[in-house]
Amino acid sequence: MTAAGESVTGEVVLRLTDVVKTFPGVRALDGVQLEVRAGEVHCLLGQNGAGKSTLIKVLAGVHHADDGEISWLGEPFAPATPQAAMRAGIATIYQELDLVDDLSVAENAFLGHERSRFGFTRRRSTAARTRQILGRLGHAEIPPRRAVRALPAAGKQIVSMARALSHDARLIVMDEPSAVLAHDEVANLFRIIRELTAQGIAVIYISHRLAEIREIGDRVTVLKDGRTTAANLPARTTPTRELVGKMTGRSIEYVFPPRRELTPTEPILVVEGLTRHGEFADASLAVAQGEIVGIAGLVGSGRSELLETIFGARRADAGTVTLAGRRITGVGSAVARGMGMAPEERKSQALLLDEPVYKNMTLASFAGFAHGGFTDARDERAASLKTADLLDLRPRDVDRPARTLSGGNQQKVVVGRWLLRGSKVGGTKLLLLDEPTRGVDVGARAELYQVIRGLAEDGVGVLLVSSEVPEVLGLADRVLVMREGRLVHEAPADELDEDTVLDLVMAGSLLEGEPT
Amino acid sequence: MITETAPPEARTERRHLDEGLVRNLGLVGVLIILVVIGIITRPELYSDPTWVRNNVLVILQQAAAIGVVTVGMTFVIIGGGIDLSVGAIIALSGVWATTLATQSYGAGGMIFTALVVGIAVGVVNGVLISYGKLVPFIATLAMLVSARGLAAQISGKQTQVSANDTINGIATTKLIGVPLLVWILALVVAAGWVLLNRTTFGRRTVAVGGNPEAARLAGINVKRHTLYLYALSGLCCGLGAIMLTSQATSAQAAMANLYELDAIAAAIIGGTLLSGGRGTIVGALFGVLVFSTITNLFAINNLSTEVQNMVKGGIIVAAVLIQQFRYRSLTQLLKR
Repeated sequence: MTAAGESVTGEVVLRLTDVVKTFPGVRALDGVQLEVRAGEVHCLLGQNGAGKSTLIKVLAGVHHADDGEISWLGEPFAPATPQAAMRAGIATIYQELDLVDDLSVAENAFLGHERSRFGFTRRRSTAARTRQILGRLGHAEIPPRRAVRALPAAGKQIVSMARALSHDARLIVMDEPSAVLAHDEVANLFRIIRELTAQGIAVIYISHRLAEIREIGDRVTVLKDGRTTAANLPARTTPTRELVGKMTGRSIEYVFPPRRELTPTEPILVVEGLTRHGEFADASLAVAQGEIVGIAGLVGSGRSELLETIFGARRADAGTVTLAGRRITGVGSAVARGMGMAPEERKSQALLLDEPVYKNMTLASFAGFAHGGFTDARDERAASLKTADLLDLRPRDVDRPARTLSGGNQQKVVVGRWLLRGSKVGGTKLLLLDEPTRGVDVGARAELYQVIRGLAEDGVGVLLVSSEVPEVLGLADRVLVMREGRLVHEAPADELDEDTVLDLVMAGSLLEGEPT
Repeated sequence: MITETAPPEARTERRHLDEGLVRNLGLVGVLIILVVIGIITRPELYSDPTWVRNNVLVILQQAAAIGVVTVGMTFVIIGGGIDLSVGAIIALSGVWATTLATQSYGAGGMIFTALVVGIAVGVVNGVLISYGKLVPFIATLAMLVSARGLAAQISGKQTQVSANDTINGIATTKLIGVPLLVWILALVVAAGWVLLNRTTFGRRTVAVGGNPEAARLAGINVKRHTLYLYALSGLCCGLGAIMLTSQATSAQAAMANLYELDAIAAAIIGGTLLSGGRGTIVGALFGVLVFSTITNLFAINNLSTEVQNMVKGGIIVAAVLIQQFRYRSLTQLLKR
């Protein structure tokens, strides 16, 4: 075992210089520097959207860099395909493990480079080789012929690593490997990582948990807005403040409409002890009329699940949701009592993409327009057009299919749906917004913020989830921080700053010893 | 490369209009081609105007029962499902309506029985799919087998002759020179069109089939609506059973064999998306008419049903291929 030391002595295996990758409309990587040495655990740190995923996909041969230099083992490196990257010795273990559930452990380990003779797979030698690799990973107990489906999450991760080793990988990239693991499984993961690095294998480790980075990491590189803002910081000794500061130091300033003073009112939404096993536990919160409450949390913290459960779209294991004094038992009652939701996945959860905008806008209220079961398209169109004007929908055309709108305007359609319902059927009292500006460009964001603020000023309560901390801070009156299925902190937005919230979201170290 | 010439608003609107129109025009084209083939192969028949008129009515009459069933099927498919049991439901409804016991209640009793049996079987399908969470394909496949089994059990595998003159008279009655069966088809098609395009029921159908999650999160009761859709298909089958029983003056467990395939094929040819969310009643009607005209074409040329089935299969493939091709080229054309 090597103690993860501060000084790394291995030679440089991977070096990225000024790597750039653009997608239509986005400069995902905008000058990334990275240096990884043999036998080290190099941690990549950055907020959502900082470019970590793009970076590892460039290394894995999924994306191709537009500019800059990558050298691997001293040679220029530009893998054309994932297979090429694998052959060169770079293996990537994605967060969503890319295993075939119905194939065996051995078949998965050698997927894509099956050991065969004359087209016949060599089952026996594959199994033997897999057993050997599993032994090297300290998991000789996993049977190579067992179907991957039957393994727990931790076991699947071992299989992913076995696949990496089956390629004789010299660099293994791990994207949030601990996200799917229980506490003791993480310890085991770390043991394996230490053994791998002792054999001279380099590891790029991505995690949001600072505690883990401190424990397993050797050096840290911080990304922000596609750029390297700090490279090769010592993982153990760099103060949290400095790390978080490097992650946030703003460049794009979002424009938020000014807050207005809230006159305290009775809460319209009261959530008590809401629990869904394995997703979130014991969530209690309240939203008042005209108040915007923001939930800050990472993907996987349980925030979207919490929102959907409040809306009745998921069944709670325990706890209650009341809206204006009435119990919410399902989506039907939530909508009937005046709740509306703009879900995270607009396209798959909210829109009828081939249908015209007005039918999408009236999806929650067309029955209110109908006379004796017959729909009233003219009335629906007129009302939709009015709502479109209110939200400044562009183009101002309610007959075009929803598919043809930009992301920001699609979001306006979804929000408009609940406004329209409020004005027609009566009383949209509470809006649940899950990542309202996801996939929305910067200009349109400001407009959406204006819309959301305007709704609140008209007395609608808003519960908002976002992984972008500045958005939560700029928009919400009150902020709840969610981490690993629990609401861990609550404070008025103007008492918080981005660093504090990020720290709470990731590690919660500031919280210790602090009364909540 | 996409180069914009027309303003985008005008473009999308036009595309939306054209899709349905071009599709239906295409089917009318196919119908015309079939008639032209008929004229070429049997010119002596087509020279007689009375024969032509009667032949058109024969084609429509043959399309009547399957047309009614196809309307129900179209709703189910637009709603994101499939109903493989329609032929079996017809058989069960027909047999149940023609048992001696049911016949003793007269024509009203027979009609009532057929409709109720159809709806009831549809409801069972719907409950299994909505609340039992069975895949529609499996649930209705199981129903296909068991409903025919039950029909055979009830009828004792015998052909049950209808002794009721009112029922038997439905197929022979004409109103203003047009058979009653054709009137029924026209009425069902018109009602289906209104139901799909002008009512909240139709809007829910499109929403549930187009994006069930979005429909659910907008407060639509997706499960209940799915149940209604299968019940509607069952109702259409009950009606179809009466029409077929009247035409044959009898019912048996093997009646309406493979109607599920004809109905699905007609709906698909008519432009209904098998994945749900899009489809038209008028297109489905044209689909039925194309099949009915082919059958007629073979009959007037005294060709065997074996050849007919092969040609039918070919037509299904060709129609869908042509549509995909035309759909693509149309979208590309409009992008230019």
